[in-house]
Amino acid sequence: MRTKAITRLLFLVGVITWLALLFTDISIVFSASSSNIRQELPVWLPGVILNLYILSVFYYFKLKIERDDVLNFVDLLWRVFATGLVFTVISLGLRLLEFLMGSTRLTTNVVFKDLLYLVNLALMIGFLLMAFTAWKRLILYQKSKWLIRLWAFFEIGLLLSLLYNTFNFPVVEWLYATLLSVFVVVGLVLSGNMKWVAYLNFRQKWTSLLLLLLTIFYLLYLFYTNSALAESIGNTVPHFTDYRNHIFVLSLIVFVTIYSTFSFLVILFNLPTTSVFEQKLEEVVNFQRISQSIQTEQSEESVYNILLETSVSTVFADAAWLEVNSRQLNYKLFTYKITDKEAHDIITHLKTHNVKGVLEQSSDKTKNLSKHLASLKGSRFRSILAFPIYVKGENIGTLALLKELPEGFNKEMTKIVSTFANQAGISIENFRLMEEALQNERYKEELKIAKTVQKSLLPDVLEKDDDFEVAAFSESADEVGGDYYDTIRINDHQVSLIIADVSGKGTTAAFHMSQMKGIFHSLAQEDVEPDTFMVRSNQALVYCLERGSFISAIYFVINSQTKKIRYARAGHCPVLYFCADKEKAIYFKDKGIALGMVRNKSYKNFIQANEFEYKAGDVMVLYTDGITEAKDAKGEEFGYERLESVVDEVRSLGPKEIQDHLIKKLYEFTGTENINDDYTTMIVKFR
Amino acid sequence: MIHIKRMQEDGADVIALIGEIDASSSIELDLAIAKSVGEGFTKILVDCGALEYISSAGLGVFMSYIEEFKDRDIRMVLFGMSERVANTFNILGLNELLQIGKDKVEAKQMVA
Repeated sequence: MRTKAITRLLFLVGVITWLALLFTDISIVFSASSSNIRQELPVWLPGVILNLYILSVFYYFKLKIERDDVLNFVDLLWRVFATGLVFTVISLGLRLLEFLMGSTRLTTNVVFKDLLYLVNLALMIGFLLMAFTAWKRLILYQKSKWLIRLWAFFEIGLLLSLLYNTFNFPVVEWLYATLLSVFVVVGLVLSGNMKWVAYLNFRQKWTSLLLLLLTIFYLLYLFYTNSALAESIGNTVPHFTDYRNHIFVLSLIVFVTIYSTFSFLVILFNLPTTSVFEQKLEEVVNFQRISQSIQTEQSEESVYNILLETSVSTVFADAAWLEVNSRQLNYKLFTYKITDKEAHDIITHLKTHNVKGVLEQSSDKTKNLSKHLASLKGSRFRSILAFPIYVKGENIGTLALLKELPEGFNKEMTKIVSTFANQAGISIENFRLMEEALQNERYKEELKIAKTVQKSLLPDVLEKDDDFEVAAFSESADEVGGDYYDTIRINDHQVSLIIADVSGKGTTAAFHMSQMKGIFHSLAQEDVEPDTFMVRSNQALVYCLERGSFISAIYFVINSQTKKIRYARAGHCPVLYFCADKEKAIYFKDKGIALGMVRNKSYKNFIQANEFEYKAGDVMVLYTDGITEAKDAKGEEFGYERLESVVDEVRSLGPKEIQDHLIKKLYEFTGTENINDDYTTMIVKFR
Repeated sequence: MIHIKRMQEDGADVIALIGEIDASSSIELDLAIAKSVGEGFTKILVDCGALEYISSAGLGVFMSYIEEFKDRDIRMVLFGMSERVANTFNILGLNELLQIGKDKVEAKQMVA
C-alpha cells in the first residue's frame, strides 16, 4: 500500500516538475527570442528541474517494475513495447497536429517548437528510464556478486552524473568525455549478460524478437524527433534545455540502444538451437519423473510405463517396447506405437538370425543395431536401440527404442536412455524394497496377533484349593512359543495340572501347544488315570505331530481327600520337590518317554503312573528346559543344582514369591531377559 | 555349530559329532544319517564323545529314525556320551528307545 502511494506521489512529482520545466524553459526561450523582454530567470534553472524530473521518473519505474515479481521476460518486454507505443503515438499525434496547422507563424515560432521539444524530451526520457529498469531485471536475472557490484557502480554513477549536470560546473572538456566514455564502456560490459534468453522457448523467442524490433524502432524515432527539434531550436536561441550534452541522458541512450540491439541479435541467433535447450530441459524433467515415480506410483507397472514414455519423448523414437521377463514377474510386453505382433516379429527375427547382444538378457552391451534390422522385410523400422534393465544385478527386462530412419540414434541419446534405464532399475528396486518392508510389517502385525492369541491359551486364573496354591510364569523366545501349563478342576476334591514343552520353538511349536491344550481339556475332565492320559494323548498326537517333533509333559491329579498326588511323566524335566519335614529336595527321576516319540500301541509300555503323599509346607517346582538350560555369558547352564538352591532360599514363602525370586535369579544369572528358548515355571505350594 | 565326520570301521559307519546340535544344525545330523542309510549301511555307530549339547530338535532327528530302522533292520548305537548329554536323552526317555553304549568297543559288540 505504501509503495503504491509513493508511486502515485512520484508520478505527480514527475508531472509537476515537467510543467515547471515547461514554464521555465519556455520563458527563457521566449525572452531570448524577443529582444524587448528582459530575461529574469537564471539559465541553469530548467536544467535543475529536468534532473528532478529524471529522478522522479527513475524512481517511479524502479518501484513499478523492480518490485513486480510476477512479470516474466516476455511480459517485461511487452511492457517496454507498450510504453514505447503509447509515447510514439503521442509524439506522432503532435506531428500530425503540426502538419494540419500548416506553416503558420505559430508553427514556425521557436516557442511552439520548444513546447513540442519538451513534450518529446519528456517522452523519450520516460521511455529510456522504463527500458533501463526493465533491462536491469534482465541483466540481473542470474546474478553474481561481481555483476551486482558493477551494476550498482553503473546506476549510482549515472545518478551522480546528474549532479555534474545540475550544478553546471565549468564544463571541463576532458571530464565530460571521460565520464561519458566510462558509462558507455560499463554499459557495453553489462550488455554482455544475456542469460535470460536461454530460458525462452521457441514461441517466446519469436514474440520477443518482434517486441524488441519495435522497441528499437520507437527508440530511433524518438531520438530522431528530439535531435531534429533540438537542432532547430539551438539554431534560433542560445539557451534552452539541451539534452545533447547531458551525460545521464546520453549514457542512457547508448546503453538502452546497445542492450536492445544485443538482445535482438542474441535471440535471433539462438533461435536455431532453442530446440536443443528445450530438449535438455525436458530430459531433466523426465529424469525427475522417473526418480519421483518411486514415491508416487502405485505399482511397478507405472514405473515401466513412465520409463517407456520418457525414453520415447527424449530421443524422439517412433516406437518402443519394454519387455519384462524375470523370475519374479510374469512375461509382460509394454508397447508404444507398435503392435505386439510387430514387436514379436522383430524379437524373433533377431533371435533366428542369431544376433548377439541385442535383446539378450545376459548381455549388457548396448549397440546401435540398425544393420540387423535392415534384413527384416516388411518392417518399417530401420534403427533400434536396446537396453537391459537391472534390478539388484538381475536382468529383469529390455527396453527397445525404434526409429524409421536408419542410424537414427546418436551417442547422446544412448547415454540418456541408459541413464533412464538405470534409474528405472533403481526405482523398481526401491519399490520392491518398500513392498518387502510393508510385507514384513504385516507379518510382524500377524505375529503380534498370534502372540495375543497364544497368551490367551495360557490360563489367566489357576485353580486353587484349601490344600494348595499355584503360581505360573511363561515367556517365549520368539513372538510365540511352545510351552504350556494349565490347571483344571475335575471335581470338588480333585484338580489336574499339566506342564508341557513342545520340541523346537516359534510358530510350529505354538500350533502343537494349542493342540496339547485341546487334548488336556478334553481328557482331564473325564477323570482319567495319569498314565492313561499320556497314552491317549500320544495316540491323538501321532496324527498331528510331524516327523521328529514331540512334546514332553507331566500330568498330575491332586486329590485333597486322600492327600495324594498321582502323576505321569512323559519325557519332561523331572519334578523338583521340597518336603517340608526334610532338609533336602529331590528330583523325581522316573520312567517315561515324551509324547510322539513312539507312534504305536507300545507307547503304554514306556509310561508309568506314580503316586506320593503331600504335606502342608511342601513345595513342588515344575519347569521347562528353558530354565535349566539357560546359559550365562560364559556358556555355563543354570542347571538343576542352582535351581534347587535358588528355590530353597525362599521355600517358606508363597508360590508367587518363590516364582518371582526364581525368575529374578534366572535373569541375574543370564544377564538378560532375552533367553534363547521358551521358559516356563509352575510352583505349587501345599498348605 | 556342529561338525560331522564319517568313517567306516569293520563294516559299520561311524558318525562322529563334534560340537553342539541345535535347531539349525540338526538338519546336518539328519542329512548325515540319511546319507549313511542311503549308502546301504546297516550298522551305524554315532560317536557322541565330542558332543557338547543337543537340543530337542536334535533328539527329534534320532527319534524320527527309530521306526524306520526297526522296519529295515538297521542297527544304530550311540556311544561315548558325556553325562550332560546322556541326561538330556534320559529325561526324554530316549534311552529306552535308542541303543546307547558306553564306548566304541561296547557299541561294536551291540551292533554285531
